[in-house]
Amino acid sequence: MIELLPLFIAIPLGGAFLITLTAWKLRRLADILGVCAGLPLLVLALLCIGKQGVYHVGAFLAPLGINLVLDGFSVLLLVIVNVIGFMALLYSISYMEQYTAKYKYYALFLLMVGGMNGVVLTGDMFNLFVFLEIASIASYALVAFGCEHEELEASFKYLVLGSIGSTFILLGVAVLYGLTGFLNMASIAQAVASMEKTWLLSFASVLFLVGFGIKAALVPFHPWLPDAHPSAPAPISAMLSGVLIKALGVYAITRVVFNVLGATPLFGIIIMVLGVLSMTIGVFLAVGQWDFKRLLAYHSISQMGYVVLGIGLGMFIIANNGPTLVAGMAIFGGIFHLANHAVFKSLLFLCSGSVEYQTGTRQLKSLGGLQEKMPVTGTTCTIASLSIAGIPPFNGFWSKLIIVIATVLAAFVFPGMLILTAITILVSFVTLISFLKVLRYVFLGELPSLFKQIKDSPFFMGISLVMLSLLCIGMGLLLIPGLRSVVFDPAVEALKQGLDYGKQILTGF
Amino acid sequence: MNGMSPIVQTVARFVKVFILLYGIYLTLTGHLTPGGGFAGGVVIASLYILLTLAYGKKFSLKYFPRKLAGSLDSVGALIFLVVAVLGFYFGGIFFANFLQKNYPGAEFSLLSAGTIPINNIAICIKVASSLFLVFIIMAVARIIDKKDGSKDYKQDQEKE
Repeated sequence: MIELLPLFIAIPLGGAFLITLTAWKLRRLADILGVCAGLPLLVLALLCIGKQGVYHVGAFLAPLGINLVLDGFSVLLLVIVNVIGFMALLYSISYMEQYTAKYKYYALFLLMVGGMNGVVLTGDMFNLFVFLEIASIASYALVAFGCEHEELEASFKYLVLGSIGSTFILLGVAVLYGLTGFLNMASIAQAVASMEKTWLLSFASVLFLVGFGIKAALVPFHPWLPDAHPSAPAPISAMLSGVLIKALGVYAITRVVFNVLGATPLFGIIIMVLGVLSMTIGVFLAVGQWDFKRLLAYHSISQMGYVVLGIGLGMFIIANNGPTLVAGMAIFGGIFHLANHAVFKSLLFLCSGSVEYQTGTRQLKSLGGLQEKMPVTGTTCTIASLSIAGIPPFNGFWSKLIIVIATVLAAFVFPGMLILTAITILVSFVTLISFLKVLRYVFLGELPSLFKQIKDSPFFMGISLVMLSLLCIGMGLLLIPGLRSVVFDPAVEALKQGLDYGKQILTGF
Repeated sequence: MNGMSPIVQTVARFVKVFILLYGIYLTLTGHLTPGGGFAGGVVIASLYILLTLAYGKKFSLKYFPRKLAGSLDSVGALIFLVVAVLGFYFGGIFFANFLQKNYPGAEFSLLSAGTIPINNIAICIKVASSLFLVFIIMAVARIIDKKDGSKDYKQDQEKE
């Protein structure tokens, strides 16, 4: 399995260039090539579960060569990226008919997937930056894909802020290189573990925090997200909200802080504060929105707050030598919510795309009563809404429950943590209110006479909606110890080991 | 736009061969001297930009149409990828330099270093055509201010 790791980067890149080369004349070829590139990625990612190892590209050994690292945390993100990517590709077959130049869309989409796979797999800081730029630049273009006034403006805003973020990350990489003399993450981790902590190290970590914070749209750095995510075509919104901000933002910062720079109590507190800010501000901004996709975009900010809060809490406890069991639980809650959020948020964006595809509007006030006309979309959207609001037995409930329990347990050691419990539950409640509003205004109520003739989503759109909603219902099962120990425990262990990551990578698993 | 004055056009006509040769030289000797595919590609693209400035965009689009540039862009990337995947096949590892063992060549000669010159050529094709595309697309696109304050985007019709 390990020897096939480069395929995660080679298949999407090859697919993208083949599509631009061949598919501009034949309309259907782009669809076929796109799905042909997505399917093997999905299968390979699922085969990777439970495996770990290091791949040396070009047979050059670390620290000089680039290595691809597959460990528990990478596998989790790899599966999320490729599952959601495949669903979005299926959905695009019908949805993107309304746009011209569909082959360009597929090419950019595959470039984005290739970039994200690279970010998740790479074990080299500079390589991380390169893949991050591939994914970001493809997403700038995809946000502007409609070429209308609003989309171009949103894309430009995203471009400027995203470039600032990338610059910060590049500067951070440069500082780390100057400090340690390595670009390989494992070698940096070993060097950092043995050197004394200087202010330059903190400087580098602040640069990474700002850079990846912009990519993850944590609250002080969030203004691009509510414009960019609604402007993109629906499958791209699903990819951006569901996967991109996680792979480029949360995954990268978690990996860098835990395994390369080493967790410190202060950094844990900063990340927790950012998480709490994102949760509360995001959700209160979301309640007042009347644009379907914009509301979902604000909820992305809020839900990423949960993920970051769980991870930050774990970091804080580990850095303070608190009980590792509680730390493991907090991190587990965070990354479980990351996986769940990818599923239900992409499902919600795809549902909003279906509604917009059939009715031509996404203003909540001009919609209503669509449940009887679009039963599949209505049912799946209800499942996703209940899931994001944290209603049992859907997946969102379990991950929020674990985060809440972790904060309560942490409060036995660090008494101030109880306030986090209160905020977590309050935000979940406001989320419920806001999604009741969505259901009330879109799927219940009276059907406007304008929409008497509409039909449900076309086949390919419907099938990806149904599959994602099945995932929403089924992912609670991952809590069963047998499944959990395969999927999540390696990921938590990979983060908990901290700077031992370096030794593990360089000496082999 | 019909290009610039005859002085510029005459000078451009003289230097174009040298610029092209310099770009090819940088690319082919990229594994021996400073330079390489990217630098060579940029030089070649700058030749096209110079010709576009001197003779006008119709001239350069006549000899290097946009479709051809777009295809070459993908072809360059695909050659690079194919070399990497061939390393998989022959050397067992992605990006393995499978030619170096079988056809060593004298060190520091033009034909040495295995697959690296091939990669350099691929990068040169890719960089030259994509930089030319970036320039030409900026040259043919127009932003028109409408009377009501909004903006409209339009591309000049190219004659092929």
